[in-house]
Amino acid sequence: MFEITAVESFSPSTFLWEINAPEIARAARPGQFVIVHCDETSERIPLTIADFDAVKGTITIVIQAAGKGTLEMMAYKAGDRISAVAGPLGEPSEIENFGTVVLVGGGLGAAPVYPILRALKLKGCHTISIIGFRTKSLVFWEGRFRRYSDESIIVTDDGSYGEKGLVTQPLKDIIMERQINRVIAIGPLVMMRSCAEVTRPFGVRTIVSVNPIMVDGTGMCGSCRVSLGDEVKFACIDGPDMDGHLVNFDELIIRQKRFVKYEKQSLALYEKKCPK
Amino acid sequence: MSKIARQQSTHLPPDTRRTNFNEVVCGYTETEALTESGRCLQCKDPLCTSGCPVRINIKGFINFVSKKDYKGAYKTITEANLFPSICGRVCPQDRQCEAACILGKKHEPVSIGLLERFVGDMAQQNGWQETRPIVPINRTAAIIGSGPAGLACAYDLAKAGVSVVVFEALHLPGGVLTYGIPEFRLPKERVFKEIENLTRLGVTIETNRVIGRIHTIEDLMGRLSFDVVFIGTGAGYPKNLGIKGDALNGVMSANEFLTRVNLMRGFDFPRYGTPVGMGKNVAVIGCGNTAIDSARTALRLGPENVYIVYRRTLEESPARKEEIRHAIEEGVQFICLTESKEIISDNEGWAKGMNCVQKDETGSSEFLLNVDTVIYALGTMANPIIARTTPELTIDKAGYIETNKENMITSIQGVFAGGDITRSGGAFTTVIHAMSTGRRAAKGMLEYLEAVIAANGRPPKFRG
Repeated sequence: MFEITAVESFSPSTFLWEINAPEIARAARPGQFVIVHCDETSERIPLTIADFDAVKGTITIVIQAAGKGTLEMMAYKAGDRISAVAGPLGEPSEIENFGTVVLVGGGLGAAPVYPILRALKLKGCHTISIIGFRTKSLVFWEGRFRRYSDESIIVTDDGSYGEKGLVTQPLKDIIMERQINRVIAIGPLVMMRSCAEVTRPFGVRTIVSVNPIMVDGTGMCGSCRVSLGDEVKFACIDGPDMDGHLVNFDELIIRQKRFVKYEKQSLALYEKKCPK
Repeated sequence: MSKIARQQSTHLPPDTRRTNFNEVVCGYTETEALTESGRCLQCKDPLCTSGCPVRINIKGFINFVSKKDYKGAYKTITEANLFPSICGRVCPQDRQCEAACILGKKHEPVSIGLLERFVGDMAQQNGWQETRPIVPINRTAAIIGSGPAGLACAYDLAKAGVSVVVFEALHLPGGVLTYGIPEFRLPKERVFKEIENLTRLGVTIETNRVIGRIHTIEDLMGRLSFDVVFIGTGAGYPKNLGIKGDALNGVMSANEFLTRVNLMRGFDFPRYGTPVGMGKNVAVIGCGNTAIDSARTALRLGPENVYIVYRRTLEESPARKEEIRHAIEEGVQFICLTESKEIISDNEGWAKGMNCVQKDETGSSEFLLNVDTVIYALGTMANPIIARTTPELTIDKAGYIETNKENMITSIQGVFAGGDITRSGGAFTTVIHAMSTGRRAAKGMLEYLEAVIAANGRPPKFRG
């Protein structure tokens, strides 16, 4: 059993868990993920590690409540226990002094960007962060980002906080005027695809973190397969970090809809059980 | 004796079993078991044991059964194998012990598998335990993977007094016994009970531990102070056909399909949260045991048609003959000598058909199979996590761990391997072959502990 040591709500549907998992916290590296399995009947849900603290023995994950599984997770309180957390999984992000690096986080995707940002800054990179949210009330971790960013930019879709617009605009502006050595973009598939398209003409290496549907997370089921150029890769063991210029996003977007029909059925059951 | 016919176990009728996941073969009653045991000739030089990869004293245990000393029979089996309830169900006896049985030359061989299962189930029912006294030898072993190889290895080490920890990546132990082989062929309750016997011997099983990630092998032998390590991570990496349409929705590996159904209990969706995502017309590509398991599992989820599309003839299938027969009885449709050329997409990225080519002596013909689900059961490859995180480990070109076949030691001192990750099962990788390599490794590990550690006083430091 794993104890949830803290819960923090970012919005009516997004929240954070801090989990007591000393062995995972010790082994975790930026860019890796865990599989959370709350109880016997729940799904195994892959979630990128948003933070880890080997001294405290905790890991942090952020969750968007969308389907039955994640809605059920929203009901847990600090002190509750879940049945399993497996990890860390996946290849860690490459952390080196690359020079100037732009880190882009879209919505909840900003969370897993954070440990990468921190590690790159500590390695001596010049870090520029761009984080984007739909609206002001959804902004989180601004202080953390500022702390490890040499330059930081916040955008909101509606202009209620920071600059108005999408993360791609400042990314484009920066890349047009300066020498950028690497871009890391994490967020919704459409956002990561747009970032990769912005950087492609400039030939700047762009790493995205994909989070396709998984079951085991150990290279066994192939559910998370991604077409990367001419190759087929598994996000769970070859990723989650992948070359954004080679990822077939169109295919991933379609594959992300594999279980939509079933999610509705599952959600209906959940709502019957827990009427609003 | 041979005049008595081979005793058949009761089977659930095909119409019933299509509707549920209950075990198909009901197993022997005591009367049936006694009659069957009476058929055994008790050969002076029995051939059956040489056909058994773990060398169970088959003649011996059958003799106990015929005398109604079932506990004696259980003790005899567990000298070589702690898992009779599992092996009695899933071993390809028709190619192993029963193929060697002398009765089979003129008549039908003794039904060794069903007798083994009878004894194993009886032991579970009565809570018999392996009660041999264990003398601790103050040595520790880490076993990676709780599949057949790891379990067999753990058993032999535990019996010898080694303190054993088994690390399992998933949330339930058993490896392929749990995620792969379906309930109707191997009830999970049986698997977990056999594993319980292992934990009663003092073996610890730590689930949710992906070795290579949470601990490296170097961590196991260094920070965590294990004297020896056994790698039994299996060959779970699924193969793709590599044809157009591979990535479409509705196309999945047998591993994914079976894991969703068996491990995650997707057949009980939405009570269990994991959906299976199967459509109305299903093609399984391949014809090994995994393909047959997939097709029969699919059938139980209520589709219109389930096909097995196989490029060879049914006679060439490596699957257990009994399973093929069951599949036919249940209504799986076999399309043999047929290759899949392309999976066709609808306009939303879902599979809606598969172009196939059927070839025989008279020529070839193309046709479109109307399917919305395609399950690949094309075999698997080595799981790469350990190799990638252990650069000192020597692997072959395909990613399998190289071992000395005598004692299963790898290129690293104190590190042994067995089961499918070493590909030592040969062309037919089976549960029992994996167990036999696990046992061989355990023997090698014990010899290593004795020789190397006795010489140095303590195990050598991790060195590739």
